[in-house]
Amino acid sequence: MTTVFRFFSSKSTTRLLIQRLGFGLITLIAMLTVFLILSIVIIIVIKGLSALSLEFIFGFPSNGMRSGGIFPAIIGTIMLTILTSIFCAPIGIGAGIYLSEYASDNLFTRLIRIAIINLAGIPSVVYGLFGLALFVVALRFGISILAGSLTLGIMTLPVIISTCEEALRSVPQSFRVVSYSLGATQWQTIRRIVLPQALSGIITGVVLGVERAAGETAPILFTAAVFYLPRIPLSPMDATMALPYHLYVVSTQIPGIPENIKYGTALVLLILVLGMNVIATWIRSRARSQRQW
Amino acid sequence: MNKIVIENLSIDYSDGTESLKNISLEIPENSITVLFGPAGGGKSTLLRTINRLNDLTDVKKVTGRVLLMNKDGTYTNVLDENTDVIALRRRIGMVFARPIVLPLTIRGNLTYSLELLGEKDKSILDNAVIRCLNQAALWEEVKDRLDDPAAALSGGQQQRLCIARSLVLEPEVILLDEPTSGLDPISTGKVEDTLQELKEKYTIILVPHSIQQASRTADQAVFFLQGELIEYASGKLIFTNPQDKRTENYVEGRFG
Amino acid sequence: MGNNKGWLEVITTRLIIISGYSAIIFVFLIFYFLLEAGLPTIRNVQLTNLLGQRWYPIEEYFGLLPLIIGSITVTIGAALFAVPVGIAIAIFIAEIAPSWARNILKPIIEVLGGIPSVILGFLGILVFAPYIRRLLDLPTGLSVFTGALLLGAISIPTIASISEDALDAVPRSYRDASLALGTTEWQTIWYVTLPAARSGVLTAIMLGIGRAFGETMAVMMVTGNAPVIPSGLALFFSPIRTMTATIAAEMGEVATGSTHYQVLFMIGILLFLIELVVNITASTVVIKQRKRSERILS
Repeated sequence: MTTVFRFFSSKSTTRLLIQRLGFGLITLIAMLTVFLILSIVIIIVIKGLSALSLEFIFGFPSNGMRSGGIFPAIIGTIMLTILTSIFCAPIGIGAGIYLSEYASDNLFTRLIRIAIINLAGIPSVVYGLFGLALFVVALRFGISILAGSLTLGIMTLPVIISTCEEALRSVPQSFRVVSYSLGATQWQTIRRIVLPQALSGIITGVVLGVERAAGETAPILFTAAVFYLPRIPLSPMDATMALPYHLYVVSTQIPGIPENIKYGTALVLLILVLGMNVIATWIRSRARSQRQW
Repeated sequence: MNKIVIENLSIDYSDGTESLKNISLEIPENSITVLFGPAGGGKSTLLRTINRLNDLTDVKKVTGRVLLMNKDGTYTNVLDENTDVIALRRRIGMVFARPIVLPLTIRGNLTYSLELLGEKDKSILDNAVIRCLNQAALWEEVKDRLDDPAAALSGGQQQRLCIARSLVLEPEVILLDEPTSGLDPISTGKVEDTLQELKEKYTIILVPHSIQQASRTADQAVFFLQGELIEYASGKLIFTNPQDKRTENYVEGRFG
Repeated sequence: MGNNKGWLEVITTRLIIISGYSAIIFVFLIFYFLLEAGLPTIRNVQLTNLLGQRWYPIEEYFGLLPLIIGSITVTIGAALFAVPVGIAIAIFIAEIAPSWARNILKPIIEVLGGIPSVILGFLGILVFAPYIRRLLDLPTGLSVFTGALLLGAISIPTIASISEDALDAVPRSYRDASLALGTTEWQTIWYVTLPAARSGVLTAIMLGIGRAFGETMAVMMVTGNAPVIPSGLALFFSPIRTMTATIAAEMGEVATGSTHYQVLFMIGILLFLIELVVNITASTVVIKQRKRSERILS
């Protein structure tokens, strides 16, 4: 506390002036950041809106991507997203249940947690390399939705595990104690009481995790994405177009694309991703108001 | 006949604190045995040992025996590692200090333990609900809203729901750990009346939240101090004529 | 009841335990496959080559130095930008803003965290880089500078959210005690609250920097395409290439199993190891605190 006492002797007007400047600066920074974020969204909306038409959303690209629609990319992203959640949700939720309900506080559990932190920090392009080496080459899935989804699934795993564990932990311990006192086994208690109460938190976590996977480019670069597909993908073994990759391609690889098509693609991706965000937030706030404890 | 016989029970926790020191005690059946004493005396620990809820906590060492009388007159050691803990807990009902209702409907709270056993017959479930709510003196107040969430009830009603819930499987023993702390006097009175009725069929062990409650309800009373069993006598005697000086000091309010 | 229920429960419990181990299994799996594809580099490429200053795979120059330096410079630049801004925003949300502002600001920051990096790269290349080029009269807008700013913007939500959680967790009593001694709120923030939240803020910074270091698409799109080591003062405004961008840009044209392929995987191993060290340090050095998991990984 001696540092604080040092200021006892300086004049209060100086201190207040410093405070005003400091607060002002910080507020300015915050406002600028908000302005920045809003402008990002607004630019995309304004410049991309004109491109959004039924043909754009449901049509195929033509003239070397310079006109037509982006339907295959949209379908591709949707398929990737669904398959990713099928892979990572069961394992992630299972791991979350394990960490919250079964694991004791020993070295092994700490290793698991370190592994999760690790998985969370691996750069997305390294996941792409891994997916290439394991799924595309070693397991011979080739460049396919399957390989891409498995890669994205492993990448999303840490998010799911963490949110699931937290959702389960937030259920009061007293419920479990009462359940045991009535003669329930551990799994019965989890299945009947803990899991239902944590369900909305878990679903929120899955949606948020998968939302991030939907917007990722690097993991699917060498595992699933192709530049052009004349038809929509029909099986998980097909390669596919995908929105993030398509956006990358039209903004860096092809000259002469009308600006609003580029922004339109960005806008569709943005709507998809932020839409999932909104759904997750809605689930979260609805659950909060219905909580029974 | 003694429903529960405790022999030389000692419990140490992982952090080194000794919770119970060599407790030996007999609990007669169909009566109310009260465990009283200042906080930290080991009363709650003893209750949780009887239905093995202590397994959930950081217990390092347990020695001694806790014998529960079976229907055929033989005794089972509750602490034996081969004991079927799940089946054991079904024989013992427990009510906690705070009313902990499960996040289910009123009906759901009551049928929970039967559903765990796989019981699906609606009439059996309904009968259990009616029986237990009556035994807990709660039937009149909730009979029209059995499918409302249990969390909507008042504190006193929730606690009586917890008592009803503990009766569903028709246990042999009921353990109550300060069941009326936080309840208003009227609810407290109703709970105490209920206990008097219940003791005809069940063996009841109660940790009271005041000495007055102890003396009102006890058939037998046991004084615990810092993990040790100090004195044991019938309800009237221990409060009017305590033998041990420490009991006398506590009963007279000189500490606690 | 019946044995049936016991059987189902045993299987479910087994599955849950296996899922619990899955994280460890996957880490080893990833490391193994990276090693399998990348380790041959050591056999096939001389160390002097790898440590050289030329990255020109067509002519078998595999100098990693420009790429490593590229990653480091861009990340440092991003940190210089993102750390002060991120902490400032955290302070604003936790200490200064009224609650109505807080309820608007937090979701908006989360929006930034949720925008896919390819969209930010897209805007970077289409809007931001040309603007910088015109503004500062540079030969190209695609440079370390632009990359650092974009990367910084991507890291800000991570740093801001976790720091804000840390500041929020500081007990009210600390602030009250300080104010009762006659200090201003500003002084309280700098001399009491921020130091108390030190470990959480440090975690936030490390995770934010880690995120910046591992970013691929946005960086690839705006730092130009020059795997060279820029020199002199022009450093900040020259194009470079990061390790991540190199993998992303070149992997598509590389033959499986070729030396180039192996070197790219080697870069992947390096990225994996660097991230491993950073994350383990961040989690062991720092005291555990309550985390909002969604934000950490956004």
